[in-house]
Amino acid sequence: MMSKWIPLWLHKLGSPPTFYRFAGTLRPWMLALALLTGAIALYGGLVMAPADYQQGDAYRIIFIHVPSAWMSLFIYGVMGFAAFLALVWRIKLAEVVAMESAPIGAAFTFITLVTGSLWGKPMWGTWWTWDARLTSELVLLFLYLGVIGLYHAFEDRRQGARAAAFLALIGIINVPIVHFSVNWWNTLHQGSTIRLLGPSTIAPGMLWPLLTMMLATKFYYLASLFGRVRTDLLDLESGKDWVRTIATGSTHQ
Amino acid sequence: MNPPGLTTACAAMLRRDLTLAWRRRGDIAMPVLYALIVTMLFPFALGPEDTLLQRIAGGVVLVTVLLAMLLALDAMFSSDIEDGSLEQLVLAPQPLALMLAMKILAHWLTTALPLIVIAPLLAGMLHLPTAVMPVLVLALLLSTPMLSLLGAILVALTAGTRRSGMLLALMLLPLCVPVVIFAAGAVAASQQGLPWLTPIAWLGAALVLLLVLAPLACAAALRIALDA
Repeated sequence: MMSKWIPLWLHKLGSPPTFYRFAGTLRPWMLALALLTGAIALYGGLVMAPADYQQGDAYRIIFIHVPSAWMSLFIYGVMGFAAFLALVWRIKLAEVVAMESAPIGAAFTFITLVTGSLWGKPMWGTWWTWDARLTSELVLLFLYLGVIGLYHAFEDRRQGARAAAFLALIGIINVPIVHFSVNWWNTLHQGSTIRLLGPSTIAPGMLWPLLTMMLATKFYYLASLFGRVRTDLLDLESGKDWVRTIATGSTHQ
Repeated sequence: MNPPGLTTACAAMLRRDLTLAWRRRGDIAMPVLYALIVTMLFPFALGPEDTLLQRIAGGVVLVTVLLAMLLALDAMFSSDIEDGSLEQLVLAPQPLALMLAMKILAHWLTTALPLIVIAPLLAGMLHLPTAVMPVLVLALLLSTPMLSLLGAILVALTAGTRRSGMLLALMLLPLCVPVVIFAAGAVAASQQGLPWLTPIAWLGAALVLLLVLAPLACAAALRIALDA
């Protein structure tokens, strides 16, 4: 019944050897696209975009900061979705995707926090302030670290992946609650200037490098995820025939 | 043979856990002692000025109680895992979530309740005004069960791992941030003479939600952590 509306190739992609080959083919392209769009975005953001009337050149850090912040949430979403698939249908690939997304997401969260505090020093006069958005981002980092920590605490990796996937799902419920409660508690961070619905309040010269950088981070995430998943699959399936074929160096990459 | 009814099973579970705790009374005193020591250290570290201590009293007591509970959290299922009775519980015909809810209740009664009883004393040591005490106790009565319930899920998740108290703290921190914010918010508001009912109401709503969902999540987590 399911196969009627889910194309066959999607089912096949869930099998480790197929995904291994698929990810191997796509990874260099994703990496190249990430580098290309990243370079364009950096040039657009650092050279072409006009200086801000209030913040001068210091605002340019947003071309790293904002895409990283988007990615930190986006990857948590992907991780949560994969975790849900892993828990409900026990798909091995979903477990691997969820667990290998966590370190990348944690890295983006960390970058967001570091660039934010670098920007905060000249703008707000302090490296760190207990503002709502900063605090939720920090809590997000701890959620990622908790998932990574729990995953590695188990002897059995699949069991660890399932437990950590459950924690990731609890975290998904927790993120909006934390966001709401810290907002209630204290807020200083500027509001959003880019909106999907309604007009954005950012200059177009600043907007396009930002969106290009967002694309670059997405491509980078895919490239990094594919690489990590490939390594993990080899490790997990090390007893299987298809891994042995690769390990002994015959035919396909 | 028919399995015993739900009420009988729940009562038996509760009685068993409370008896076990009572046989090891020394363990119940530990979190209380820990909270006393931590609270005592604050005036030494910050200086004995009344105004400063008064301002931080509510927050210090809340965080101290949270840490003391975290200390005792590890022990929630550990003896049951060691002697295998947790597996028996999973196999039992009664719903696992309900049985776990009883275990959580027993754990709350033996660790959190003593802490709440001495909380006014701790707050008094830091010169919290007497008028604020009822709000503090109310906030603790609502927030400590939430910590027990959230903690139980995480302890269940780590049931199959090597001992890792630090990991538990890392996982609990993001979950308890909202609880601490609202509990401390209520105490601070009452201290400033502002209406404190809103945060208390939020805490109550969250507690009701967790009372229903957390045992179910705890049961699911335990099944994940125990099945190989």
